[in-house]
Parts: sequence; structure tokens; C-alpha cells
Amino acid sequence: MTKVTMTVNGKPVSGDVEGRTLLSQFLRDDLGLTGTHIGCDTSQCGACVVHVNGQAVKSCTMFALEAEGAEVRTIEGMANADGSLSAIQQAFQDHHGLQCGFCTPGMVMSAAALLAEKPKPSEAEIRDYLEGNICRCTGYHNIVKAIMAASGQDVGAIAAE
Amino acid sequence: MPKDHGIGASSKRREDVRFLTGRGRYTDDINLPGQAYAFFVRSQVAHGRLNGVDISAASSMPGVLHIFTAKDFEGVGGLPCGWCVTDRHGQPMQEPGHPVLASGKVRHVGDPIAMVVADSYDAARDAAEAVEVDIEELDPVLDMKAALADSAPKVHDELANNLCYDWGFVEENREAVNTAFEKAAHVTTLELVNQRLVPNAMEPRVAVGDFNPATEDSTLYTTSQNPHVIRLLMGAFVLGIPEHKLRVVAPDVGGGFGSKIFHYAEEAACTFAAKQLRRPVKWTCARSESFVTDAHGRDHVTKIELALDAEGHFQAIRTETYANMGAYLSTFAPSVPTWLHGTLMAGNYKTPLIYVNVKAVFTNTVPVDAYRGAGRPEATFQLERVIDKAAREMGIDPVEIRRRNFITEFPYATPVAVEYDTGDYNCTMDKLLEIADVAGFELRLADSKARGKLRGLGINCYIEACGIAPSHLVGQLGARAGLYESATVRVNATGGLVVMTGSHSHGQGHETTFAQVVADMIGLDENMVEIVHGDTANTPMGMGTYGSRSLAVGGSAMVRATEKIIAKAKKIAAHLMEASPDDIELKEGKFTVAGTDKSVAWGDVTLAAYVPHNYPLEEIEPGLEETAFYDPNNFTFPAGAYACEVEVDPETGKVTVCSFAAADDFGNIVNPMIVDGQVHGGLAQGIGQALLEAASYDEHGQLLSGSYMDYAMPRADDVPFYKVDHSCQTPCTHNPLGVKGCGEAGAIGSPPAVVNAVVDALQRAGHTDVTHIDMPLTPSRVWAAMQG
Repeated sequence: MTKVTMTVNGKPVSGDVEGRTLLSQFLRDDLGLTGTHIGCDTSQCGACVVHVNGQAVKSCTMFALEAEGAEVRTIEGMANADGSLSAIQQAFQDHHGLQCGFCTPGMVMSAAALLAEKPKPSEAEIRDYLEGNICRCTGYHNIVKAIMAASGQDVGAIAAE
Repeated sequence: MPKDHGIGASSKRREDVRFLTGRGRYTDDINLPGQAYAFFVRSQVAHGRLNGVDISAASSMPGVLHIFTAKDFEGVGGLPCGWCVTDRHGQPMQEPGHPVLASGKVRHVGDPIAMVVADSYDAARDAAEAVEVDIEELDPVLDMKAALADSAPKVHDELANNLCYDWGFVEENREAVNTAFEKAAHVTTLELVNQRLVPNAMEPRVAVGDFNPATEDSTLYTTSQNPHVIRLLMGAFVLGIPEHKLRVVAPDVGGGFGSKIFHYAEEAACTFAAKQLRRPVKWTCARSESFVTDAHGRDHVTKIELALDAEGHFQAIRTETYANMGAYLSTFAPSVPTWLHGTLMAGNYKTPLIYVNVKAVFTNTVPVDAYRGAGRPEATFQLERVIDKAAREMGIDPVEIRRRNFITEFPYATPVAVEYDTGDYNCTMDKLLEIADVAGFELRLADSKARGKLRGLGINCYIEACGIAPSHLVGQLGARAGLYESATVRVNATGGLVVMTGSHSHGQGHETTFAQVVADMIGLDENMVEIVHGDTANTPMGMGTYGSRSLAVGGSAMVRATEKIIAKAKKIAAHLMEASPDDIELKEGKFTVAGTDKSVAWGDVTLAAYVPHNYPLEEIEPGLEETAFYDPNNFTFPAGAYACEVEVDPETGKVTVCSFAAADDFGNIVNPMIVDGQVHGGLAQGIGQALLEAASYDEHGQLLSGSYMDYAMPRADDVPFYKVDHSCQTPCTHNPLGVKGCGEAGAIGSPPAVVNAVVDALQRAGHTDVTHIDMPLTPSRVWAAMQG
């Protein structure tokens, strides 16, 4: 067992992990941050996406020890300081961008990383960016719409209700 | 005029707050003090004699508590099948045993052989690798027709053969159907495959068994769509635990689509192990494990024939289907290709004579059971594809041929037992043509052509039977359960309501929509109504959520319970205002005496019920809590019309979905936003079936598509924005809300639209020999079709 130390959602944390412990396991099992979800075992589904030093990363694809000293942000750290939903989270609720909620943490984290990189992405750019996030419930329509809305783009023309 | 609250409003979902902030409580998030971890040893071969399981080396590995094998389950029942189908000759289906852990034989890759329970997941997994399994491999049966040959190896040695049943419906009409075919002006034939799919809800299955030695109560936390059904099946048929000593909790569940209806071996094994070991036992399914243990869907091979007169009126339909059951009968498997498929072969049309034959076959593959649509996608696909083919053969426009045959008078008694209560298929077709801008297709076709692409338009209709089901009817058809739903409405002294429902929510937003219904009936703010579901300890017995039944059946139970509440509340209000209960009106949460300005608030009445000082105690009891069980009179019949436009790259065969339009009639609608979301999700799954997905086995019975590396799930860039419309609304005539349900329609109606569109594209480009391509329409299949 090796000690690992990092900052998660602004708070310093540490734990004892094995070399093989994945970051996703450390977050869920050691820190009790179960908002990061495990949906597959081949790193395709994206339910485990978190931010490591500002980058979107599939937490199942890195070891906890590789995050030594890093700034990690998970879904639990995305709300505003007063507890209200962030713009992206609020947009997901406003536009029904989630149903069962299982892929949602990864979707929100990916969306946040996209908008940080590209503030006004087109529909095609959003769909392309989300290639690593699988959803079985929504058919992606309202997810793409929510991300466009969160970026301040007008979604009124997108057929829905 | 859009409403902002109550029935008809697109109320924002209250579930979203916890899901968006990572505070959902899914079964894998549950960790109990002292819990142990289970890991299953599974068969790596498709078929074999299980001659021995040597756990000696594994048992002494660090952290191992116990390794369970079939021997440990000798006093325990097998997994039950919930539906017994009677065959064409009046005989019950062949029903093999389904042990919790494999005994004597292994029958599919993934068949569980042993369960290692250890102090940690890693210790359990390491020990599992040390379990030695002695299997003498046998030839697997994989192809359904080959499985029915006399020389075929038997999947179950105790059965006569691999034929579960040979079902005919309606058997008495068979001769008349054959005669109609002999006399028909035109007969169109189509052979097709409705390929095996893996439902793949994003949350893998989990089971946590727990046992309290002080009270001898067992608890199972499980990713289920129907905790009460699991409690009944597992308690009564498998483990012999009476319901009052067994609690089943399905907390937040990450999608189901049918795959989480069934009672699985792992649920029973974990519950049993917890009792034996006096420790909680937790099993988390890995995704690649789920591919070989969760029930698969579809897997029909069908030949359909359509007889028409010279003007394209449908005279008769005759179908023959081989339906794969897999290695064991999953909980509802026999009902899917029969009662949920044969009874839909009339579709939206007046065809007077129909005969459906289904042979259900055992093979050495993962068991097959209901998956979104369950039988209705299979029915719709074959019907709408053969109609399209007939239209082309006879030179009749595909929309026109459908209109010519539409049922227009209701109620309509089909020749396949079901009676449609109401519908308006011309309305949805008209709406579809408008929202799909069919009139503009030619321009878009020219544009595609200019860019070197083929373009096609596919249109189809669908109908489905949902809101399952009248218990007495399904009982006659072989169901071993009822299909009612339940609700207890408990009003609290200070006026809030808790509605405890037998329905479940795993993405459908019921916590929001059910609150809309109840709040609307009384005239309260929706936030005063709390919906409780998922725990057998605090909900009445209900059959759970699937078959697009929650609003139609669960919602109706809620309505009936709330009506009882209102009736009693009016008596209390009448007493408080010294009036007759018949003169009491309830509106916007206020009780008034008709024709006067006397009123009393909801909160005053609810307080009086629990502090009955000024109260008609001689007439009614204190308290304000009512329960209703609702058994529906009939199925409900949502219907609609769908259109898909595709581009096909002639060099590669790649199909791009340019647009998809859906016009659905769901009757009355409670939350339009959620209804749209349900359709969107179904469309993606149907497009996935049409173009991408297939559970593929090799000749040894190895599942080649065993993870997301090889099973092509639809992703955001595989689909466009959809155009959905539900302005055509013919309310259901037989439930209090007039609702039909909407959960499965998208997955039912969309595959034929996509395939019709691709065939159209190829035909328009001169490939007149291409009349069908089997799903999934991968680039290589489409390209090969274009080579002639």
C-alpha cells in the first residue's frame, strides 16, 4: 500500500492505495464520492469522467497514484458554492438532459470540459465530443440541446415539445 | 396553451437535483458494515457436462469466506418462469429446470457455476481464478433450425427435444388464412431476421444480500424494475422465505429496458449467502460479465407472407417465426414471441385473416426475454417491411397502401384477439407527413445526389399493446401472475401527501409525473406530494414498471386512491361546514359549499382527520389514508407513424440518419417533456438496432460481441435531433386518465423506418434487386447489397 495525496473538489485528501487501484475506485470506495459511476470495463462508456488538473479524464483509465498531487474535480464539486446548480447542471434539468441519471455525471463533466475548451460549440462538435459518453436513455437529443443552452446559444429552434 | 403545473405541464424533474449533483443512491453505492463480496465463476464454454467443481485450493486463499456451488443450493428451488404457454396442440410448453448455480451441465457461456464470497472484491476475484472446473465439452446448438433437427444435441437432457413450444394463433383460422392466400391477387413474401440484442442499460446489475440474525429478516438490494415481483418469486419459489421476512429494495436504478425485470440467479445467491454467512454479500456485475448474464432481447427468424387483392387491400397475413429462448427460460420469455407479438400482427390495418406460428427454441446461448417493446418491435418490423415490399411490387405509394387499409372505426376487434379501444391513424400519418416535410424530399434527394450520396425515405406505422394487463385475460393465456398496480395515498396532518406506489422509476421521472397527477386532482402545489417507490417495506404490492404500464395502470391506481381520499375529505369538510357532502366542491385545494361563500382549506380538513375533535366519528374513522389496486380492463394501444431519411455513401455503404420524425398518439399526456424524452430514447435504440447493434455468437457459442469494444452502441454522433409530435390524441377509453403510455413506442416504430429508407435509397439509385437487407445495416452489408 502506498499513500496518495491529492485535492478533490477543493479539499486535500489522502489515502492508502495499491498500485493497481484505479482513480475511480479511490474516489468511490475510499472517499465515498459515489457520484462517479462505473458503467463498463473497457473505458468506453464515459460514466466515470472527472477532471484532473482541468482535463476531462476517464477515471477508470488512470491509477489513483497517477493523480498524486493533482487537482481533481468530480460531479460532487460542480454545483455553485451556495449549493445551487451550475449553469450546465441547470441546463440539463431545464432541458430534460437526463433520465436514469447513470451516465449523467460523466456527461456533465465532459460538457464542462468541452465548454471550457470551446465556448460555443456547434451541434456537430458537441456530438463528436461526446463520442466517449454513452447514454441509453435519452437518445442524446436533450443532452446536446442542454449543452448548447448552457453555452448561451439559442435552442428555441431545436424541435422538441 | 401550455400549463405550468399539474396534468399537461412539462414540470421539471425533481429527481434531477440528486442525479446532477452525484447524490443518487444506486445499488453499487450501497455498502453495508461488514459486507463481503461475491464473484461468480462462470462457464467459458457454451455446452458441457459439469463433472466437478474443485474449490479446495480456492477455499484456502486469503480472505475467502465460502465458495458456493450447486451442492449448497440443493434444498433451494430453481428460478421460476412466470408464464406457461400452451402449444398448438393444447399441451403446455416444455419447461426445463433453471438452477441457481449450474448442476450437471453448463448450457451457455456465462452460466454461473460457483460463487466465491470473500472479504474483498479482489480476494474474491483472485480465488475465483483458482476454482477448478471439470467440464466435458459437448457440441453446442446455436442455430434454431439446426436445434430442431432430430440429430441435434439436447440443451436439456430431460426434455424430449429443443422445442419449447410450437404455438399457433389463431389455430382455428389457419385453414381460412391458407385459402385466402390461394385466392389472392398478389402475395408478397419476406424472410427476415430480428437480430439478438443486448439491452445494455448503463448501470450494470448489482445485488446486495443482507440478513439480520436478531429478527431473522432478509433484505435484498437489487437493480430491479419490480422489487415486489422479485420478493414474491425469490421468496416463494426459490428460497422459501415468507414475504414478511423478506424485504426487497430497488433504490435508484440506472435504466432497465426490460433487462432488470427478471429474477436472476445472483439475487437469490446473494440473499441466500448473506443468511448462511451472517454477513452482507455484495455482487457488482462487470460490464463484460453483463453481456453473458443479463437477458438478451429479440432473436427471431421470421417468414411473413401478405396476401392482397388487386387494389392493395390486405386479405391475409401468415407468419412463421423461430424465437430463441436461449439456454433457460427467463422469467417472462415464453410470452414475448406469443402474446406480445402474435396479437399485434393486425397492426393499424383491417386485415381480416391472420395466422401466426411461433416455434420457441432452446439453444446454448444467453437466455432471451423482454427488451424495450418485447414482441411488438418484432411484429411491427415484419409487418411494416412486408407492406413496404408489397407496395413496391404492386406500384402503390407506401403511404397510400397503408391508408387504404387503415382501421377507421373503433372499437375494433382484430382477428388476433385484441380489441383496439380508439385511435386515428390518418391523423398521425397526416401529422407525420407535415413534420417530416415529405413534400420537400425530392429537393433533398437532388442535393444528396449532387454530393455523390444516395438518399432514401422510409415511412411506416406502428401500433403497440401496452399498459399491461388485465389479470384475468393474461391468466387465461398462461401468465402465472396478475398485472394490476397499486397505490397507497397517505395524507399527513399538516396537509402534505405521500403516495406509495407499486410502480418503479428507473429513468421515467415518476417522482415528478405522479406528483403532477395527484396534485392536479386536489389542486395543490406539486411539491406537497411525495412519491415513494422501490421498497417492498413501504409500498403496496405492485407488479412494477415495464410494458409502458406505469401511468396507465399505476397512475390509474393512484387516481382511484386519491378519489377515495377526496371522497372522505369531502365528508370531513361537510362536517366542518355543517353541510351535506353532496354539496361540497373541491377546487384549487379548497373545499366550498356549492352556492355559498363558505370554504375550508385543505390543511384544515387534513388536520381535522388526525385531530378529530370536530369530526363525524359516528360515520367515519379518523385518519386520511386510502389504498387502491387497479386491474386494467384492456391493454392500451398507442399508435403512430414514423419517417426516416438516410444518406448512403455508395463507396462504403455507410448509412447516415439525416432526419427522423415521429408522430405518436399517446392519448392524454401528463408531462410533454418527459414523453418526448421517452420517444427520443426509444428512437435511438431502434436506430441502434437498425444500423449498429448485434449480439453475435461464433460457431463455438462464444459471444464475440462481449463488450463495448465490439457491441456498437449508438452514440451522440450516430443520431440527429428528432422531430417528435404528439398532438394527435385519442384518449384511452377505459382508464381514468385516458392515457396510453409512451415508454416503448420509439423502439417499436423506428427500425422499419430506417430499413425502409435504406432500401428506398438503393432502389432509387437503380438497385432494383435489393428488396431487403437484414439488420444491422452495417456498411459492409449495405455495400454488399449494392454489388448485386
